[in-house]
Amino acid sequence: MITADRKPFEEIKESVKDYKKIMVLGCETCVAICQAGGEKEAEILASELRLAFGNEGNKVEVNDELVVRQCDDEFMADPAFLEKVKEADVILSIACGVGVQHACNFFNRTITDKPIRVIPGLNTTFMGANIDVGLWEERCLGCGDCVLEKTGGICPIARCAKSLLNGPCGGSSNGKCEINKELDCAWNLIIERLEALGDLDRIKPVEMYKDWRPSHSGGPRKRVREDLRL
Amino acid sequence: MKSGSNLERLLEKGEFVVTGELGPPKGPDVEVVKKKAAMLKGNVDAVNITDNQTAIVRMSSIATAKILIEEGLEPNMQMVARDRNRIAMMSDLFGASAFGIKNMLCLSGDHQSFGNHPEAKNVFDIDSIQMIYMVKTMRDEHKVICGDEIEGDFKMFIGAACNPFADPFQYRVHRLAKKVEAGVDFIQTQCIYDMKRFKEFMKQVVDMGLHEKCKILAGVTPLKSVGMARYMAANVSGIIIPEEMIDRLKGAGKGNVATEGIKIVCEQMQELKETEGIAGIHLMAIEWEHKVAEIMEAAGFLPRPTL
Ligand code: SF4
Ligand code: SF4
Repeated sequence: MITADRKPFEEIKESVKDYKKIMVLGCETCVAICQAGGEKEAEILASELRLAFGNEGNKVEVNDELVVRQCDDEFMADPAFLEKVKEADVILSIACGVGVQHACNFFNRTITDKPIRVIPGLNTTFMGANIDVGLWEERCLGCGDCVLEKTGGICPIARCAKSLLNGPCGGSSNGKCEINKELDCAWNLIIERLEALGDLDRIKPVEMYKDWRPSHSGGPRKRVREDLRL
Repeated sequence: MKSGSNLERLLEKGEFVVTGELGPPKGPDVEVVKKKAAMLKGNVDAVNITDNQTAIVRMSSIATAKILIEEGLEPNMQMVARDRNRIAMMSDLFGASAFGIKNMLCLSGDHQSFGNHPEAKNVFDIDSIQMIYMVKTMRDEHKVICGDEIEGDFKMFIGAACNPFADPFQYRVHRLAKKVEAGVDFIQTQCIYDMKRFKEFMKQVVDMGLHEKCKILAGVTPLKSVGMARYMAANVSGIIIPEEMIDRLKGAGKGNVATEGIKIVCEQMQELKETEGIAGIHLMAIEWEHKVAEIMEAAGFLPRPTL
């Protein structure tokens, strides 16, 4: 899933202070699960803004709405919903960065008589897993050429601070990474897992230079499935 | 000959070599480099020039190495994978070679979070082992990574680091074997204090015959104070300082700790010279360059051999 954190309240307030009609738009998927941008968070943010502007004697209307996924046209096409979008001065999206951009693109494609302003209420962080209650960790950088079969299912690109393909570096100490004693050394985990599997020989040959073209280094990526296109 | 550097030829001759280290200034002050170089000249066989060590911005290792050559010393230019992609690395290596730099050390590099620009974006396009292979390909096949021919002669004596004190301990020797497989010519180890663990490591190295495939230089750093020892043990990952050593420094009493530190390092150097598989010493007297002559003299390593 994609994880995110809410931006500091003061930053959000500053970004919407010039508008009279604000729609806080939650997203029911990833950011709802990591409790940053779901229904409850949309309601709370809307009431915090109402209260803050109200205390300053600033007459602002703040509503909250929710869609299943802001990264998909299908969930935002309801005409009654689009009518509300059109009435707002600003849409404060608390989806991930993908959702913010897609909602903006969709609204401006569908509502043609008025440009729609969409701004983010979250900082999108990473692709990760929910490890424990209230704990998420980064797991994948979307490098476009997965090496997990060689590394015991532990990603050296996303989880090693130096993305080493022939780790561990000389800073690995007691299973922890040199940059932070709270962080597991990915290469230590890889070696432990491969040892348990009896597969340690797999990492003995030198792993050659990575081709970064399938990653973001090759430019923004696009995925086309001709068989699915009409 | 791989590059015909002093270091390579001395090692070929079977001499027990000593390399020193010089940290470039935090600015373009050439005098700082010249002053440190003068302290090292004639006392060591080659000098490592660090590449923005601990991610603190300093004069580039290439420029500093060039100044060293002008001062009549032989540099060993360090290069880290943190700040350059393969394009910049190969380009800088051409430049280094054109300047007459004949030794280099391939390193991953300390993460930028340790330095004075933690906000920086890192590179890590290729890692230190791939860097060794890249330089070897450039030297032996006269080709850059993509296969294009190199114009002119590219010679380099290829070094890398090895930390026997990092974890997981049982895997460290295999990582060294990977560096050998990638084509490394010489190795300089992390500072050794825990001689017992180092010897255990060297036994594995010798059993695998790695010391015959590359020259291993044992790293040492004199301890200046009890505070420095405690700080390094606690904060520099991959450094182990046994309690007995710290006790010995403490026991020296006020005013004598530095002298005791030098005594310890001299004893280590002599012991390492007798250790199977060790071809030399890498003496890292960090911000203590003025003590190098004294240490080398006391350890009985002067005068340095000539060719
Ligand atoms: S190797 Fe690449 S695709 Fe696979 S988990 Fe790591 S970053 Fe993701
Ligand atoms: S300590 Fe481990 S995770 Fe951290 S940079 Fe080194 S190899 Fe990577």
